[in-house]
Amino acid sequence: MSLFKQLTDKPWERKGVIGGLRPEGVFESPPERVALGLFLTVASVIFSLLAVSYVLRMSLPDWTPLADPSQLWLNTALLVISSVLFQWARNTANAGKQKNLMTAFVGGGVFALLFIAGQMLTWDNLQASGYFMASNPANSFFYLLTGIHIAHLLGGLWVWSKSSIRLISGGKPEDLRLSIELCTLYWHFLLIVWLIMFAMLSNT
Amino acid sequence: MAYVPLADQDAETEMHHPHSWVTKYVWSQDHKVIAIQYGGIAIAVGCVALVLSLLMRMQLGFPETFDLIDPSSYYQSVTMHGMIMVVYLLTALFLGGFGNYLIPLMCGARDMVFPFLNMLSVWVYLLSVLILMASFFVGGGPTGAGWTLYPPQTSMAGTPGNGMGIILMLVSLAVFIVAFTMGGLNYVTTVFQYRCRGLTMMRLPLSVWGILVATILGLFAFPALLVSAVMMLFDTLLGTSFFMPAIIESGTPLDYDGGSPILFQHLFWFFGHPEVYIVALPAFGLVSDVLSTHARKNIFGYRMMVWAIIAIGGLSFIVWAHHMYVSGMNPYFGFFFATTTLIIAVPTALKVYNWVLTLWEGDIRLNAPMYFAIGFIFTFIHGGLTGLFLGNVVIDLPLSDTYFVVAHFHMVMGVSPVLVLFAALYHWYPKVTGRMYHEGMAKVHFWCTFIGTYAIYLPMHYLGFLGVPRRYYAMGTTDFIPESAQDLNTAITIAALFVGVSQLLFFINIFWSLRNGKEAGPNPWGSASLEWQTPDTPPAHGNWGDELPTVYRWAYDYSVPGAHQDFIPQNTPESEEPTVDDQHFDPDHDVSKADL
Amino acid sequence: MALAVVIFLLVIGSIIFHFASPWWFTDIAADWGSIDFTINVTFWVTGFVFISVNLFLAYCVYKFRQKDGHTAVYEPENTKLEVGLSAITTVGVIAMLAPGLFVWASFVTVPDNATEFEVMGQQWQWAFRYPGADGTMGTADTKLVTESNPFGVNIADPNGQDDVIVLGPEMHLPLDKPVKALLRSNDVLHNYTVPQFRVKMDLVPGLISYLWFEPNKAGRYDILCEELCGIGHFVMRGAVIIETQAEYDAWLAEQPTFAETQAVAAANPAAGQAQYAVCAACHGAQGEGNQALNGPKLAGQQAWYIERQLKYFKQGVRGGDGDINGQTMAPMANMLADDNAIRNMAAYIVSLPDTPAAETVSGDIANGYDIYDRNCAACHLDNGEGTWYTDAPKLAGMSDWYFVTQISNFRAGIRGLHPSDDYGEQMVGMATAMSGLEEIEDVAAYINTLR
Repeated sequence: MSLFKQLTDKPWERKGVIGGLRPEGVFESPPERVALGLFLTVASVIFSLLAVSYVLRMSLPDWTPLADPSQLWLNTALLVISSVLFQWARNTANAGKQKNLMTAFVGGGVFALLFIAGQMLTWDNLQASGYFMASNPANSFFYLLTGIHIAHLLGGLWVWSKSSIRLISGGKPEDLRLSIELCTLYWHFLLIVWLIMFAMLSNT
Repeated sequence: MAYVPLADQDAETEMHHPHSWVTKYVWSQDHKVIAIQYGGIAIAVGCVALVLSLLMRMQLGFPETFDLIDPSSYYQSVTMHGMIMVVYLLTALFLGGFGNYLIPLMCGARDMVFPFLNMLSVWVYLLSVLILMASFFVGGGPTGAGWTLYPPQTSMAGTPGNGMGIILMLVSLAVFIVAFTMGGLNYVTTVFQYRCRGLTMMRLPLSVWGILVATILGLFAFPALLVSAVMMLFDTLLGTSFFMPAIIESGTPLDYDGGSPILFQHLFWFFGHPEVYIVALPAFGLVSDVLSTHARKNIFGYRMMVWAIIAIGGLSFIVWAHHMYVSGMNPYFGFFFATTTLIIAVPTALKVYNWVLTLWEGDIRLNAPMYFAIGFIFTFIHGGLTGLFLGNVVIDLPLSDTYFVVAHFHMVMGVSPVLVLFAALYHWYPKVTGRMYHEGMAKVHFWCTFIGTYAIYLPMHYLGFLGVPRRYYAMGTTDFIPESAQDLNTAITIAALFVGVSQLLFFINIFWSLRNGKEAGPNPWGSASLEWQTPDTPPAHGNWGDELPTVYRWAYDYSVPGAHQDFIPQNTPESEEPTVDDQHFDPDHDVSKADL
Repeated sequence: MALAVVIFLLVIGSIIFHFASPWWFTDIAADWGSIDFTINVTFWVTGFVFISVNLFLAYCVYKFRQKDGHTAVYEPENTKLEVGLSAITTVGVIAMLAPGLFVWASFVTVPDNATEFEVMGQQWQWAFRYPGADGTMGTADTKLVTESNPFGVNIADPNGQDDVIVLGPEMHLPLDKPVKALLRSNDVLHNYTVPQFRVKMDLVPGLISYLWFEPNKAGRYDILCEELCGIGHFVMRGAVIIETQAEYDAWLAEQPTFAETQAVAAANPAAGQAQYAVCAACHGAQGEGNQALNGPKLAGQQAWYIERQLKYFKQGVRGGDGDINGQTMAPMANMLADDNAIRNMAAYIVSLPDTPAAETVSGDIANGYDIYDRNCAACHLDNGEGTWYTDAPKLAGMSDWYFVTQISNFRAGIRGLHPSDDYGEQMVGMATAMSGLEEIEDVAAYINTLR
């Protein structure tokens, strides 16, 4: 039953069990995935609000665009590889295969770690060339946005590390399938966020 | 991916059965224990805020007489009172307290979807409260920037608590948001995915609807507060200029440039306005169930009530700038926001009508929860109507930043939700504890609170009409404020002290009744909704014994013609009790019948 | 039953309270009667709803309370009724909103013939600027603010030279002329409110906000800050005087232009020294003070403060009833013929060597610190040096006994209540931070440690 139809239902008129033998959720998904979907919406709100603030603050007169640090392209590549590896792990797990699963899943996380290291290196380089946090609002936003993005990645890596330990210590792919799938979803989300952010930071 | 059915829910919950006192009552993953923990912390911190408000009232009502607080601590009290009441008491108690207790029970679930996350949520919430309380003990004290924390003054020398005070406040808020998000994801996912068999969304009690929509609002609105708190922390600690323009502090130019204080206000109110409904919607839901149960009548217009909750929730995201009519933002925004703000009055008014119409032709049992619920209707009408003044942009010009605003929001999101809180606490007390509260004491508590608060806030509106500004430590001398205004202030303070002290009745009652209350039985109110149908009272861990309930009807089958008694529990099969649609129910016909 | 009666009585009581209440909007003094009209419309519409819905509520509670043999009627919904009620509500909302939007439209559209003036807010003072003869105000920027240029007017801007600068918190406006207030802040948010004008707007650092009105009733009205702006928020007061065009023009002509404030000749300490001999009798040859003769230490005090107090003594703003020592200052100050002489005197005193005064007061330093840090430091600074920006004199190293008598005077209403003592009035408000002589001495003892 569609949500709209449900909402116009007159509940006092229909008695008896509605639906099948089992209870039905609003979404045909395990609760973990529903919760992750919700969380991704919340995270999108956070990033959208930052983007709105960025655009509003940009319109004020003291804005000096940030010099595009070329290292960000390398970092982006690292995050793309990370996402691809996660996707590979997910496909492998969905197919119920064991082969390469560990390489793909663990590798995905490692590349995410490399991405974070790369971002921090970018911070160092920027500071070394005099782009400090407070020298210009564009700089401030760069540090703020990348920082919040990294914080989200770190949260993902915490879940990833728990699953990785289970995988390495011999967990079965079936048991880990959901957790691998959710990690993959989360990584794709953060990749998209980063790409939008990167486009915004380098084009304004 | 196939849906994971409730069979798993059973298996999962079994694993976490508590084995010791500590796991049962401290590190508990049981939603009911977590609810009580949330409620206990919220009420405790709320008492701190209550005391702060009384200190302020003593200063305003009897300046120079008591000399309890100086200007600095007055502004700190203003700030902490507001922030604690709005965020740490009301939000936490409605969602963390009632949300936790009622959602799984009303949904026929064994527990929340993620019990561990739920437990984490309450402990992180406690951490945020402790951080906030710590700001009372650091050098400079808590922040005195007003609960709106407007920059640039939050971190400037002229503001009390501009050092550690504001930092602890911002950190505490960020931690609170983390706690809320963990809880909120749980509540929403539980309502969506863990309802028992037969329980469609439209069969849910309005309490669940109110809490659900409020939680979704919170999930979308709190990020704005998080973002602004983080950006403000950057400004304060790292010298960025997100919100800080070029300004002078005590004669010395500061190293900021170009930031926009108004940007902060937009972010803050993008959170702040939905926050009003984060508090109000659960109250709407809970009060609907209390009214319906004690009126022995279904909630009138259930569908419109649900739609109104959804509509109000949606609209609440496009009205925020009505807090900023005189903020110096582009004044043309006023047209849009005044219109959206007044539109929100329509679904809200409909809710009020339906509450009153629920009483119409009911069989009203005037128990203590019902007293509070009806009192709520009265105060909410009052607070809602004064909102029409402030929402209408030109009327906000003379009235904003006066006591009219203070009186309005205390009426609508102070007194009204608190009356619902008491209604709900008394109403569900027998389920939570298994014993009845003391009815007489609860009624005395009601009279003191209801009449006392009206005596506080009705006159306060008139101070606002007069033009008395809010957030003044002392009024000093003006030409336009007559001396009689001070008498009014004194009277308000006496009423406030009276109301403050009378809250002791509540505490005495709930603690006394824990031991001495009458055994309540499983369903003392004769309520149809699922939480009263648990096999044990108070419900045991896992709520439902061996078998999860099955739901055959909505939560409001009261006084159904032809039924054995004046309510039919939701889990009563249709074969055992009549269904109304067999009888070609005609409301007009029924109305005439009642007139006999 | 009781509940129904109480709700009924509360409704009746509210109506009686409203009509018996002497507390209502103060008389309007600007051409914003349309705002009052909108308020009245809203008041009657909401008042009607308040009375009718609550009386209906009381009736329901009374009529349908539980009785033997009475059962509730089963009625899930009545869509027609609900839609109808919503429609009526919508009509009521439109009736309130429509006039509101029209009036708002006139508020956001400033008439072309409105003359501009500028309101500057800073912690915790008002100051005003008028465009001068050319009708245009010069550009200004917070970054240019200095003690001699508190508006931060751009010195290179020719439009700014004839701008009229009003540094006191009292402004004037002509009757029956639309005016547009341009609002600026040097530090935090403030709000320019005159209750009689009905309109208000925030002052926001970094941008210029505005409002407009047409004063139509002569008189003196309070200006209040109505946006929390720090600890001195409640003492940030000013006044606006509405008068005829002729009176206004005469007042404006007396105020200095920006160019004049910049062109003031440097003070001559030597000239001040010549006249100081009279002062030395009580205040000491080096301005070191003499408690026995009630002469406080002067050396080290900020020049602008000495100037202001000398003027106050001259004008009788200080040294009123009860202030015996202050009264003796009036004839002394009168020996200084004009503002120039006062400036020369201040310049001489500033040149005197600043050695801290002897400590004569003892008290609980920790408590003194607590009070000072929380309430005084915002203006007088952590080190007690004071600053022109907040109009706060130096306290550190000055005569502690004098501090005690002056704070006592503020608390007793002996000092600071003269209508022209705008800054003293702020201290009347703030001095309540000290509950009595003991705490005043605690603070004095703490200030003695700041040297």
